[in-house]
Amino acid sequence: MLRTTVSNPDAAEADLLGQEDYVQLVTPEGERHANPTFDPWVADVTDEQLAGLYEDMVVVRRIDVEATALQRQGQLALWPPLLGQEAAQIGSARALRDDDFIMPSYRENGVAYCRGVALDDLVRVWRGYAHGSWDPQEHRMAIPAVIIGAQTLHAVGYAVGIMKDGADSAAITYFGDGATSQGDTNEAMIFAATYHAPVVFFCQNNHWAISEPVELQSKQHISERAPGFGIPSMRVDGNDVLAVMAATRVALDRAHTGGGPTYIEAVTYRMGPHTTSDDPTRYRSAEELAEWKAKDPIARLEKYLESRGAMTEELRARVNAKADSVAAEFRAGCIDMPKPEPMSLFDNVQVETNPVLERQRAQYAAYLAAFEGGE
Amino acid sequence: MATATETATDTATTQAATTQLTLAKSITAGLKRALQDDEKVVLLGEDIGKLGGVFRVTDGLQAEFGTDRVMDTPLAEAGIIGMAVGLAMRGYRPVAEIQFDGFIYPGFDQIVAQVAKLHYRSRGLVRMPITIRVPFGGGIGSVEHHSESPEAYFAHTAGLRVVSCSNPQDAYDMLRQAIASDDPVMFFEPKRRYWSKGDLDLEPAEVLPLGKARVVSSGSDVTLVAYGPLVATAKDAVLAAADNGVSIELIDLRSLSPIDFETVEASVRKTGRLIVTHEAAQSGGIGAEVAASITERCFNWLEAAPARVTGFDTPYPPAALEEHFLPDLDRLMDAVDRVLGRANSQSDWEN
Repeated sequence: MLRTTVSNPDAAEADLLGQEDYVQLVTPEGERHANPTFDPWVADVTDEQLAGLYEDMVVVRRIDVEATALQRQGQLALWPPLLGQEAAQIGSARALRDDDFIMPSYRENGVAYCRGVALDDLVRVWRGYAHGSWDPQEHRMAIPAVIIGAQTLHAVGYAVGIMKDGADSAAITYFGDGATSQGDTNEAMIFAATYHAPVVFFCQNNHWAISEPVELQSKQHISERAPGFGIPSMRVDGNDVLAVMAATRVALDRAHTGGGPTYIEAVTYRMGPHTTSDDPTRYRSAEELAEWKAKDPIARLEKYLESRGAMTEELRARVNAKADSVAAEFRAGCIDMPKPEPMSLFDNVQVETNPVLERQRAQYAAYLAAFEGGE
Repeated sequence: MATATETATDTATTQAATTQLTLAKSITAGLKRALQDDEKVVLLGEDIGKLGGVFRVTDGLQAEFGTDRVMDTPLAEAGIIGMAVGLAMRGYRPVAEIQFDGFIYPGFDQIVAQVAKLHYRSRGLVRMPITIRVPFGGGIGSVEHHSESPEAYFAHTAGLRVVSCSNPQDAYDMLRQAIASDDPVMFFEPKRRYWSKGDLDLEPAEVLPLGKARVVSSGSDVTLVAYGPLVATAKDAVLAAADNGVSIELIDLRSLSPIDFETVEASVRKTGRLIVTHEAAQSGGIGAEVAASITERCFNWLEAAPARVTGFDTPYPPAALEEHFLPDLDRLMDAVDRVLGRANSQSDWEN
């Protein structure tokens, strides 16, 4: 089930291998495939749990839509939407154990939601009030890395630390298709393989790195690279929450039991812009968008739940009510957020006192004080 | 930590408290002591295991502490630093070795964007107790990328402490302080002084704080500020000037970020004259920062414009030319003449 060899470069054969390797349990039409390899990994998932995944996905999409609106209304400087990637984020995040540690990029708002990050902490960075918001230890999730791919190395270091501690947890790092071109990401794969580190590389291939299509980053399926580094990989339908959960569980199980690193390419699509500052109409077609809209992860799960008779009106109403209340709380938390005090810009540069910086702090405080009552 | 204390005591009793060691071996002793004192200390770098590092600074440490604590890494500086970040997040205290000064640049992003900034970026919730050891500077007749002085890049980066040692005792003490610090420390080792011997007290009664400069010798006419490899050259200048009846106060800066301006300021208020020397290029360097800050702080006490004696704004030259690039005794004495208003090589330039 895991690819462990580099595929034949012959195009037709590579494509064939790609088809064979593609993990999908629920089709875009909501039909469940039998998959003897991956079915056991989600055999315990009840309709109620599926409904829970559905709720998560609807809620994080609602947060996303709300955040985009807040940006348009001038309340946020920027927002990186996850629209279309809900299954990839929720399916993987809900597979994690509490003691697994997450090293995210900046788009993992759905993952952060699953980790219980406070709603206002999801936007503090994007409102320009802080560089990082939540407590990494409390949520077992690092603050977002904006430098593309930098966090992949941190995940490997953390995972090596887990090994040194004799613990059986894992680190998981999230990154996009663009990050797969970065040196850091490739070095992370080398180090992970060298030290047999308990780390999961979770690549959300959303097809676009701002305006650059995935073809500009990779001529093969991204997942095919990993075996060359000595890391087994899986290519999974990233819009199929059940398949993502199964694949992540396989990878985590390997990490938890001394199996070393695993690479997952979750094939999904960034339905929105790169960030609210981006204009995707300049570089991609309406046809492509329509094609992916038909594979929407939430609509797919709805159809699957319907086919199981589990998509009740009560569920729909409950989830919508939850999304409404979260959105209202999220909006209020954003707007009511206290602005940081001017002098706090000097805080937390270093743990120990820096006399040169303290002098600058004192001088600037005196400068500010000179304005008091003046303006 | 009972075992660590016992081992530390062993070290103290099996070796005389004060011994003669090279600067390199003093760093080895400091690393060994840090590994003994704190089980969270982990060494990582290229060739630091069986080989003991290209300068043998980690000699014997992997054999004593195992491959878990002294880790050979793949040849990737970003990987080394990035892994150290993750280890620090997990509660470890990594000590990374960059093999040569000129090899640090692939790791630059991880140092300045991650190591330096994570405490600030996390609003103080994440600490980066990472020490990055860098053999630096020239004078060993080496090929390109092996003789550079990149310290100013890091001194310009908020969040990093940048230090450089000049003698065996400081090498040992400052390294232990750097490793024990909860802040990231760039530790610049003067590679051409690795083989210089000096007294090393493994149990010093008193140790200067890491951020403090040291007045190496007091004087009344000129303040000479040096660090790392040029402290030895500056000591020669003190003796040569004394023969000429000029009294130089020599300050070993030790900490390049933050700079202990109070110590330099007190000296310049006494002497009225300032010379700063380093191997690194002049523009945007540590010397510029010292000269500017001291001019701001004690302009009215200055008898002459501060002088810089530095490497030139060229790439580090081929070995056959390095004697012209590196500040030496003669260039320091020329600057002494300059700040004293005596005839010197620059006399005509000032008109």
